[in-house]
Amino acid sequence: MASTARSGRLFRNLNAKIAAIPMVLTALVVFVGGTIWTVVYSFTNSKLLPRLNFVGLDQYERLWESSRWLTSIGNLVLYGVFALIFTIAIGFLLAVLMDQKIRFEDTFRTIMLYPFALSFIVTGLVWQWILNPEFGIQGIVRDLGWESFTFDPLYNPDIVMFGLLIAGLWQGTGFVMCLMLAGLRGIDEDIWKAARVDGIPTWKTYLVVIVPMMRPVFITTLVIVASGIIKLYDLVVAQTSGGPGMASQVPAMYVYDYLFTAQNLGQGLAASTMMLLSVLIVLIPWAYLEFGGKKHG
Amino acid sequence: MGNSIEVKDLTLNFGSVSVLKNMNLDVAEGEFVVLLGPSGCGKSTLLNCLAGLLDITDGQIWIKGKNVTWSEPSERGIGMVFQSYALYPQMTVRGNLSFGLKNAKVPQAEIDKRIARAAEILQIQPLLDRKPAALSGGQRQRVAIGRALVRDVDVFLFDEPLSNLDAKLRSELRVEIKRLHNQLGNTMVYVTHDQIEALTLADRIAVMKGGVIQQLAAPLEIYNRPANLFVAGFLGSPSMNFLKGKTVDGGRAFQFGSTRIDLAGYEGGAVLVRDNAILGVRPEHITVSTTPIAGPSMPAEVEIDEHLGADSLLWLKAEGTNMSVRVPVEGRLPAGTKVHLGLDIPKASLFDSKTEQRI
Amino acid sequence: MADVSMAAMSGPRGAKPKKALSGRNIMLYGTLIVVCLYYILPLWVMVMTSLKGMPEVRMGNIFAPPVEITFQPWVKAWSEACTGLNCDGLSRGFWNSVIITVPSVIVSIIIASVNGYALINWKFKGSDIFFTILIFGSFIPYQVMLYPIVILLRELGIYGTLWGLVMVHTIFGMPILTLLFRNYFSSIPEELFKAARVDGAGFWGIYFRIMLPMSLPIFVVAMILQVTGIWNDFLFGVVYTKPELYPMTVQLNNIVNSVQGVKEYNVNMAATMLTGLVPLIVYFVSGKLFVRGIAAGAVKG
Repeated sequence: MASTARSGRLFRNLNAKIAAIPMVLTALVVFVGGTIWTVVYSFTNSKLLPRLNFVGLDQYERLWESSRWLTSIGNLVLYGVFALIFTIAIGFLLAVLMDQKIRFEDTFRTIMLYPFALSFIVTGLVWQWILNPEFGIQGIVRDLGWESFTFDPLYNPDIVMFGLLIAGLWQGTGFVMCLMLAGLRGIDEDIWKAARVDGIPTWKTYLVVIVPMMRPVFITTLVIVASGIIKLYDLVVAQTSGGPGMASQVPAMYVYDYLFTAQNLGQGLAASTMMLLSVLIVLIPWAYLEFGGKKHG
Repeated sequence: MGNSIEVKDLTLNFGSVSVLKNMNLDVAEGEFVVLLGPSGCGKSTLLNCLAGLLDITDGQIWIKGKNVTWSEPSERGIGMVFQSYALYPQMTVRGNLSFGLKNAKVPQAEIDKRIARAAEILQIQPLLDRKPAALSGGQRQRVAIGRALVRDVDVFLFDEPLSNLDAKLRSELRVEIKRLHNQLGNTMVYVTHDQIEALTLADRIAVMKGGVIQQLAAPLEIYNRPANLFVAGFLGSPSMNFLKGKTVDGGRAFQFGSTRIDLAGYEGGAVLVRDNAILGVRPEHITVSTTPIAGPSMPAEVEIDEHLGADSLLWLKAEGTNMSVRVPVEGRLPAGTKVHLGLDIPKASLFDSKTEQRI
Repeated sequence: MADVSMAAMSGPRGAKPKKALSGRNIMLYGTLIVVCLYYILPLWVMVMTSLKGMPEVRMGNIFAPPVEITFQPWVKAWSEACTGLNCDGLSRGFWNSVIITVPSVIVSIIIASVNGYALINWKFKGSDIFFTILIFGSFIPYQVMLYPIVILLRELGIYGTLWGLVMVHTIFGMPILTLLFRNYFSSIPEELFKAARVDGAGFWGIYFRIMLPMSLPIFVVAMILQVTGIWNDFLFGVVYTKPELYPMTVQLNNIVNSVQGVKEYNVNMAATMLTGLVPLIVYFVSGKLFVRGIAAGAVKG
């Protein structure tokens, strides 16, 4: 009556393990390994090629003394705050409008979401054209007789980030609307019936009952939108190329330039490590809220 | 005749959670054993272990005298029927029945023969070329049984096969499964939470709770002589009446509040004196009378009466305890009626309220 | 009694009247239509500009439809527009994008679907940990992994080649696709999988014979997600390919944002439109499946 142990069954799920090799390699080598590599080499003075010649925090000191980097960070914060507030607010409002049992819902949704299918390059180039001061909106309003009208965000360093924001919102709000609408549709119909029986006005039901119930959807959306904003790159390249001057530089651009054109690897890696850090600041509280509580449940 | 299934010291842990604890179970050749218990008691888990769909932590499983502990499900000589039928939606009924045989490289002629036989037994010949989506729930479950049948195995495992069906179909198929068992003589292990299915189908019932078999016995034995409080409360509807009190008078009587109940006739003898005991009496083992009656009895007051069609239920309060009594339809009484309850002590059960075991 | 029945007869009776043009509806549909105009506007401008001749573009209003429709800008964008010294138009970028997208979509979907299947039905020790790393990895900015992957591809000898880029797309598509397939497979009843195992089917047998035929919709969703995603990629195209293999987005940006020469806005818009056409067609044809893809991937993220 020997009892059996489960040892020696390494080969039991062999096929599954073989099938999972690409996933394991991606997770360990690329995601974990690549991240560690970047962080480690950000402490070196690597120029054209990676060299393990540690220089402590030198690269980071240079980074934070660089006016270009400071501008990039400032731009990203400015763009990020406005983009977050507006995408989520507009996305939610549109979702509420779409949730009123309207006719032609599919048509409306198709129209609001199609920009999301387009690349940031296409988005940036279209809005570059629409915001062209000579032929675009400014030109047209002036032709209508409003000679002093000025709307040239792409050529005005003070408001260039808002020019990008208009394009970014155009591309992304439809997507957020869809997420929010899915969240609204996921709410039990009986909640609405109960609110109606209790005589609570619709707007108040949304504010007091529905929004709190949709907290997880809001948080998830926030994380997705925020991690997208940190990656902001293609749109800027297409719409402004970082200009006028340095006015619309963003961190991702800084990283790219130092890695691949300025041949100052250490500096580029330090900048990308800072980007990673900013993602972690978003991600860790979220992961804690999302998974930390459940583990004890 | 040997045992068809032998479970020896089976233990299953999910991480630090112990799901099945040191379990032993022998199922004789041709026997119909029902695993019965509330959800989460481990009954389906045990069945999945028998099928080889779950790796066990410790112990052994033998089927037909072969140690199958490490065998693949398909090598164990079992057929299995699932609650959700689990028919492959993209295949026809014939495809569903033949899938396993093709995997086992059974020759086509043999496959056709077995399908024809199964279809005849289950009367699903007209359905063979349909897809599962075009079948009713009852038909789907027949096909699912057919899939076990064509495997030509000695052991059938049923995982709550009737739970997804409506009440009428459920009783029809229940009878059919019983008939199938009589006809084929296979060993069957059947998981359910429905006590009617368990009582009607089983040769023996294993009542489970918390990953442990509480009692393994013939249906009537389980119903009439439950081994502990859990088994007593789980079987029967409405549940057995439990009277909390103590045994007195050298174990010859039971003190329930101010009422003293004579235990003469209980399991043929006197019991020990216990300060904490519970007397269990099923609703149908109590008689109601508006006049005092001889023998073990107690006063009570009717609170609610429920008409069930064939008979009635009276809900009463006696010594501050809620009780139910099953009475004939003509025995109905209005609320507030003061009555006397006569207890059928030879059919009652007495439990120690600390160990919860039968005394 | 009589009063009551009289009141009942003269009071509201039958269906409650509804106003089609209530204030609420005017507000609701009015807002939606205005919003939709904002969304449509760029597409309209893009198409209109691309159908005008340069003189009309310079004189006219970008919102106005062309007085004289010309397809010359489209022809020029497709076959004559210059990037640097090459003047063979966007067509080269288009075919490059096709060559990149097709194998990338196929490889990434095969790998991710098998991953999702293994994660649901064949859990092994640590499989969930790798999946968690994968999901968290999808939030790491690409910039962090750009250079390490350059080294990796160089070591494998595929840096700058098509297969290098296919590998990059497979890697970065893996988190979302694996999640998509994992969630879908988890909705297939586990009993079906158990039944197949009792029937003696193994890892690949169950995948090909049971799971795959039941999952065609999700494969379509994944295809939509990947075709648009890979077609729209810019960063990986720039970093991991050589100029002769640049995808359409990169070439488009080079054409439009090149500093030399006179700006031909109509050609630029035609080129932009051409680049956006593939994802737009995919989007309009796929309809709700597209929505399902982005929602399934995102909400449970």
